[in-house]
Amino acid sequence: MTTLLEVRDLEVVFDGFRAIDNLDLTVAEGEVRFLIGPNGAGKTTLIDVVTGLTSPAGGTVTFAGQSLLGLPEHKIVRLGVGRTFQTASVFEQLTVVENLDLAANFRQPLRALLRRRKGVSDAVDAALTTVGLVDQADRLAEVLSHGQKQWLEIGMLLVQDPHLLLLDEPVAGMSKEERTRTGELLHEIARTRTVVVVEHDMEFLRRFANCVTVMHEGSVLCEGTVAEVQADERVQEVYLGRSRDKRSTAEVG
Amino acid sequence: MTALLRSRRTHGRAVFLLIGFVGLVVLPAVMSEFRLGLLAKYLCFAIVAVGIDLAWGYGGMLTLGQGLFFGLGGYAMGMFLKLQEAGPDGLPDFMSYNGLEKVPAFWQPFRHAWFALPAVLLIPMGVAAGLGALVFRQRIRGAYFAILTQALAAAFVILLIGQQGYTAGTNGLTNMKTMFGYDLNDPTNQRNVYLAVAVCLAIVYLVARQLVHSRYGRLLIAVRDGEDRVRFLGYNPTVVKVLAFTVSAGMAGLAGALFVPVVGIMSPAALGIVPSLELLIGVAVGGRATLVGAIGGTVLVNYAKTGLSEHFASGWLYFQGALFILVVAFAPKGLAGIRDVIRRRAPAPDMPMTIEPANVLEAVG
Repeated sequence: MTTLLEVRDLEVVFDGFRAIDNLDLTVAEGEVRFLIGPNGAGKTTLIDVVTGLTSPAGGTVTFAGQSLLGLPEHKIVRLGVGRTFQTASVFEQLTVVENLDLAANFRQPLRALLRRRKGVSDAVDAALTTVGLVDQADRLAEVLSHGQKQWLEIGMLLVQDPHLLLLDEPVAGMSKEERTRTGELLHEIARTRTVVVVEHDMEFLRRFANCVTVMHEGSVLCEGTVAEVQADERVQEVYLGRSRDKRSTAEVG
Repeated sequence: MTALLRSRRTHGRAVFLLIGFVGLVVLPAVMSEFRLGLLAKYLCFAIVAVGIDLAWGYGGMLTLGQGLFFGLGGYAMGMFLKLQEAGPDGLPDFMSYNGLEKVPAFWQPFRHAWFALPAVLLIPMGVAAGLGALVFRQRIRGAYFAILTQALAAAFVILLIGQQGYTAGTNGLTNMKTMFGYDLNDPTNQRNVYLAVAVCLAIVYLVARQLVHSRYGRLLIAVRDGEDRVRFLGYNPTVVKVLAFTVSAGMAGLAGALFVPVVGIMSPAALGIVPSLELLIGVAVGGRATLVGAIGGTVLVNYAKTGLSEHFASGWLYFQGALFILVVAFAPKGLAGIRDVIRRRAPAPDMPMTIEPANVLEAVG
């Protein structure tokens, strides 16, 4: 397996606070990697660094052999890195189709964008079906439910067609059915792409993760399958303090 | 759905042609010379308003200094007319009062129509593009951007007043009586100037409409509502914003240039902070992010201004202030917003109502 994303000796400092401290992470092509860890472990910060939102104090980030550090966000996207945010951030004053259409056309030159959209492209149409928003296609995104907005955002990632997808808590705040549906969506997406998911939800993790990286205080604590990670004593400590009660460990994961 | 859209589009086209007919044929026939001149002036402001709507209503760039671009266009035209009047070797009147012996070098190119007329658009657009590229790349936005544009308009006025020999100072460029040899005081020629303004407004409207309805227009709204999110769609918001700001400056420049033959004067009094804000009020009253609202609101506010000033000279300012507060507090989407609420309430009770909270901060900055 070839390496797609490689993070080495990463350090991020906010006002003297080390959000990420000497972190190494390697994600191979085609992998679905889950990132977990207690609050403040630096999971979202790591995604921010990879996508160009935060600049690190030191270290390297390479994607398909190219350094991402110092590139503006939109150029990183153009290289094939897509992301979602913890809170669904779709454009509420645009319709569902318009949201998808913008996400699909970022490679067009500016003068092509000056034309009106004629109909709906195949990619957008397919994404509408995949995320189950065909009936909502011409409605403003602001009327969608929270779950639907998250799906729209996943749909936008689909038509954007990135090589590497970074999902920040895709099922936070969702109902049980919505979670299941999202999980199926992710499964679908992951078939042809490399995906990194930040997620707290343990049930979700057990169902869909094969490789998990546990972060703690800005660095990687351990890495392995769900079962391996669950069995790791350090992980139990981080999540539960000093208590080693078997039952609650199983519950938390 | 498509049938509905199509019928709405033909409906829109019919309304556009009807308004065009009234504006170009009926009004010039029935209005007095004085009233038509006033309307021509308001339509100039409406051209600026379309630009403001593009930048602010659609793009979220609260530009408080359109007077700068209006002035750049206006002075370019004014310099052209003054030099034409002075003749090939003559000196514009105010220069000889100020002791200048020859026309300054930067005035010279404005002798030629081929330079001065494109300059009316290109100078404001060039300034806006340069300014926008610097400012938007640094991610300066919101209130900071608004203050910056306002300060620039103020600085421009100070510069004009300070350089009396080159700009005619506080008085501005006056006594412009002819254009291409035609007498601007002649009623027929004034009527033609009005027609030119009306046609320019129609063109500006169509250009803005095309921009707004294109993918670019959707992108502009997306930048307004979530600039950082747009970056993660792979677009560079700086380019999107610079383009809208530049087009809006070009519209203001065009309006300034048309304003000169309509009124016969171009002076700093038409460009400073207060006139720049007045231009904005029309857009706010008519409804941000609707082009018709911006045009209608501007014409309406200006008629109210003239009407009220004719009856109570000092009352207008209070009325204007009250109007702005009322709009911001109770109808953040302006008259067009009120129309939408009524339209939505009537035929389709099953449609979800989406009334925006009166977000004062958003409306102002």
